[in-house]
Amino acid sequence: MTALLEVRGVNKHFGGLLAVSDVSFTLNEGEILGLIGPNGAGKTTLFNVVNGVYKADIGTITFSGKDITGCSPDQVVHLGLARTHQIVRPLGAMSVLANVTVGACFGREYQSMRAARVTALEVLERVGLASRANALASSLTLAGKKRLEIARALAARPKLLLLDEVLAGLNPTEIALMIELIRKIRDSGVSVFMIEHVMQAIMNLSDRIVVLNLGRKIAEASPAEVVKNSDVVEAYLGFPDIVDKLRGAES
Amino acid sequence: MILRRPLFWMILLLAALFAWLPLRANNVALREDLILVAVAIILTSNLNLMIGYTGYVNFGHIVFYGLGGYVGLYLMTVRSWHLIPAALTAGIAVSLLALLFGLGILRLRGAYFALATIGVLVAVQAFVSNFESWGRSTGMYVSFESYAPLGGPKHALWTTYFLVIGIMALSLLLSLGIKLSKFGLGLFAIREDEDAAIVLGVNATVYKAIIYSVSAFLPAVAGSLMFFKNGMIDPSIAFEYMLSLEGIVMLMLGGQGTVAGSVLGGGLYERLRSYLLTSPKLSQFHLVIAGALLLLVVRFAPGGVIGWLYRLVPRSREVIE
Repeated sequence: MTALLEVRGVNKHFGGLLAVSDVSFTLNEGEILGLIGPNGAGKTTLFNVVNGVYKADIGTITFSGKDITGCSPDQVVHLGLARTHQIVRPLGAMSVLANVTVGACFGREYQSMRAARVTALEVLERVGLASRANALASSLTLAGKKRLEIARALAARPKLLLLDEVLAGLNPTEIALMIELIRKIRDSGVSVFMIEHVMQAIMNLSDRIVVLNLGRKIAEASPAEVVKNSDVVEAYLGFPDIVDKLRGAES
Repeated sequence: MILRRPLFWMILLLAALFAWLPLRANNVALREDLILVAVAIILTSNLNLMIGYTGYVNFGHIVFYGLGGYVGLYLMTVRSWHLIPAALTAGIAVSLLALLFGLGILRLRGAYFALATIGVLVAVQAFVSNFESWGRSTGMYVSFESYAPLGGPKHALWTTYFLVIGIMALSLLLSLGIKLSKFGLGLFAIREDEDAAIVLGVNATVYKAIIYSVSAFLPAVAGSLMFFKNGMIDPSIAFEYMLSLEGIVMLMLGGQGTVAGSVLGGGLYERLRSYLLTSPKLSQFHLVIAGALLLLVVRFAPGGVIGWLYRLVPRSREVIE
């Protein structure tokens, strides 16, 4: 397995608060890596450091063999690292199609308007938004906007997709559809790094899981091992036999 | 393709009408009316690139027009340049200056950017008022000889008129071209949500600086032409704060973010203003009316005339961009 993303010794503080503290991990090509932890653990901050919204105070981030520490988010996208937002950010007064066209135009391949339109339509088909292509982005439901976030990121033709709580706020049917979509994305060759609180989803989707608590990494292992880790249970999960319950709930 | 857009041909038709109507009747009064409308359209259309396309309110847009006038007049009177190279050089010089300003003040967002643009206007006016080579507060006058290369004053005024109409057409074509381009798509993304646009790969810093600079070019050329036509320039008429604010009124009235909105807003407002200014009873009231108009538009028709048209006839979106 080759490493696609390598995070080494990353620190990020805001004033006196150490939001991310000496975090290191590796994401392999073709993998779905989960990122879990209690609220305020530093998950979204870590995402923001990885894609360049924040600059790491210390540490390096290597993506696809290139050092991207200190790169701005738009540079990172051109290298093939796209993301979605936890709180959806549609370009509201623009159509769904235009939103996704932006992703394709300014993504990894810097497509022309014409090519970007084709890509956008194809991606909308994949995420199940094709019928809403001409609607205004602001008119979509929350589930629709989450799909739009994913579509825009996919249109950039990324190698790695960062998903920040794409399941939050969705109903069970929508969650099931979204899980299926994430699997399809991975099967199409895009690696996925995802933050999620919906445990049954992350346990089923992830190949491995990184656990953060108070800015520190407290575990990095397969889902089955993570739930047995006493630190993780204490910090986040709460009771030890959760994995059986969650697996049970899924099947 | 821009050639397939109905609006492209409408713009050319509009420019042809503007050129032909006063010429046909040799009507100088009509020409003087239309040149003011054309300037209003030029200023509004280029202001739209910032406000309507990119979402950055520029209160100091008139600074480009005034500076263009100064650079142009300086080259024509002191350096004895011909009108056309002088106007083009003024456009380029002011664009480059805008690029420098832009890289500085465009780091600010929202209200802070708007405040900074007022700062630019005040600072430039203060500088020019004290600049020896540009005649300080008395400004500069166009000497009679400057009209000679254009075949005398009468001929020169017609030439200037046609050039201004050309700049108007170029402004509108530029707006349309940007709207249809990838560059325009990036600007719209910035307008909707700048941080999201950056995460999608738009280099917002560069895009904003470029559009700020582009929005300076044609107004500066027009400023050169207009102050040459008027025969003089001084800091108070070159950097008229009110004109900067009225530009925003015109844009909102017509419909920000649309190409045709600048024509309607600029045209309607300029005609109304001329009527009010020349009417004996209302001449003091035109700014009161401008203010009221802005309030009404923002409150009841935030999309302006074009937005209202879109609501009335949804299909018009495809023709009137």
